[in-house]
Amino acid sequence: MQSNWAGCWALFIKEVRRFYSVVVQTVFAPIVATLLYLLVFGHVLETKIETYASVSYSQFLIPGLVMMAILQNAFSNTSSSLIQSKMHGNLSFVLLSPISAFEFYVAFVLASVVRGVVVGGGILIIGVIGFDLTWQSPFWVLIFAILSAAMMGGLGVLAGIISDKYDHLSAFQNFVIMPLTFLSGVFYSIHALPEFWQQLSYFNPFFYMVDGFRYGFFEQSDVSVYLSLLVTIVFLIIVSSINLILLRKGVKIRQ
Amino acid sequence: MSNVPAVRFQHVKKQYGELSALKGISFDVEEGAFFGLLGPNGAGKSTLINAMSGLVIPTSGSIEIQGHDVIADYRQTRRLLGLVPQELIADPFFSIRELLDLQSGYFGLKGAKQRAWVGELLERLALSDKSDSNTGQLSGGMKRRVLIAMALVHRPRVLVLDEPTAGVDVDLRRTLWDFTKELHQQGHTIILTTHYLEEAEALCDKVAIMQGGEVKALDTTQSLLSKHSYRYLRVTLAQPAHTLTPPLEARLVEREPNGLVFKLEKNMSLSQLLAWLGEAKLEIEDISSRDASLEEVFLDLTAEGRSNAK
Repeated sequence: MQSNWAGCWALFIKEVRRFYSVVVQTVFAPIVATLLYLLVFGHVLETKIETYASVSYSQFLIPGLVMMAILQNAFSNTSSSLIQSKMHGNLSFVLLSPISAFEFYVAFVLASVVRGVVVGGGILIIGVIGFDLTWQSPFWVLIFAILSAAMMGGLGVLAGIISDKYDHLSAFQNFVIMPLTFLSGVFYSIHALPEFWQQLSYFNPFFYMVDGFRYGFFEQSDVSVYLSLLVTIVFLIIVSSINLILLRKGVKIRQ
Repeated sequence: MSNVPAVRFQHVKKQYGELSALKGISFDVEEGAFFGLLGPNGAGKSTLINAMSGLVIPTSGSIEIQGHDVIADYRQTRRLLGLVPQELIADPFFSIRELLDLQSGYFGLKGAKQRAWVGELLERLALSDKSDSNTGQLSGGMKRRVLIAMALVHRPRVLVLDEPTAGVDVDLRRTLWDFTKELHQQGHTIILTTHYLEEAEALCDKVAIMQGGEVKALDTTQSLLSKHSYRYLRVTLAQPAHTLTPPLEARLVEREPNGLVFKLEKNMSLSQLLAWLGEAKLEIEDISSRDASLEEVFLDLTAEGRSNAK
């Protein structure tokens, strides 16, 4: 069967334009909110938390906050777009077109990567300028930014598909995404945690995304960067596979 | 004209838990037809239409658009079919023109030719002045026009209109029907659901009447009307009739200020009615006869279904 990449591109552009049309809410607001975290936590905890050798707490914190913003915004982009389209009914415009489940998924996820990277990039620029942050290995920074955003964009697609109303999505966001992000080592190295919480952190996939991303800046991490890469890729594949099955079957969107 | 029907339904079933929305629908819509799909609320019309356009996946059975299966060959069938949905859908993030451009993009259509077609649609549906307006801020009638433009953006061969004139003012209704008739004359197959049965009678050359997820009747509009075993007689009286004899009372369907309307079996002679009117000592000024309207056929057929269901 022939492909429709032109249709996929049009859907990607539509999704990017959708968040760009409310750029204050979707880009500037999360940047400001994250910078407030940086100012408050960075200032209060600067001398209280030990991180890596020759790395200040604020420098340590910035990559974590950047990754947190990437994860949350990538998730928000796909999940809110899908639930709004379902509630307004305009998802049917796309469902009536010759775009395959795979092309649909790629378009939504790529747009979420763009939003995640734009928001993360905005915070990073301020971090680099204001806190003398340098990246030792841009390759790892980029690869973790893109793969993590894609994974979270995929998770957002999943939440958007299975949610019937905003309340369901809000529950997913507040009881799953938010705790996993806050407990992923954004604000600390897991080696500073008691043994039990340290062990528990290894079961949190977001921890590997934050840790791998941070490795790109300091070439130091809590676990091997290759393990982090493997976990991120495996989760991306699992989430994408579930989504493609649901989209092909039309679960909750073609019923 | 090819022998391949525009749409072919074969044993289409759709189950929602315990509810059978479609109970094995099978029929064809010929190429170039103006086809009416009628039925009371909950008959399964919208489910059938949504299954045809890919918005609903049937539980079993198959649907073909010009010989292409809507599941296996969905890219082809979605290019062949345009759907105007019943709900007044909008996208508050985009203007009318942006939406039409995006919809063109989903079908991989772009360039000067497509821009010209979008411009023509805007012009023809009287949307040009509002093309930069946000679709979330439009009136119901304007939203309906946008939905028609959206359905036509890829020049589909089969156009499906699900209750297109619901809640639309008289002027717009006329504009919509003129436009639809023009598309039909250009060779498009039109499938229409409507609650305005006089519209279906005036426009459709073939009609399916659905009830409870089944097709109760399927025939040409003329044949359905002629098969109806009753005709209607309007009797204008010089004096109001306060009491009627039992045979007249049994056939009375409507009292008017200066007359009565009777529903008679087609095989009953007019002289029999005149005899009954004479017995009742009614002074007749005028008599006119007409066949049943599609609405009356529809009501009779669906009434049978309702009583069978009891």
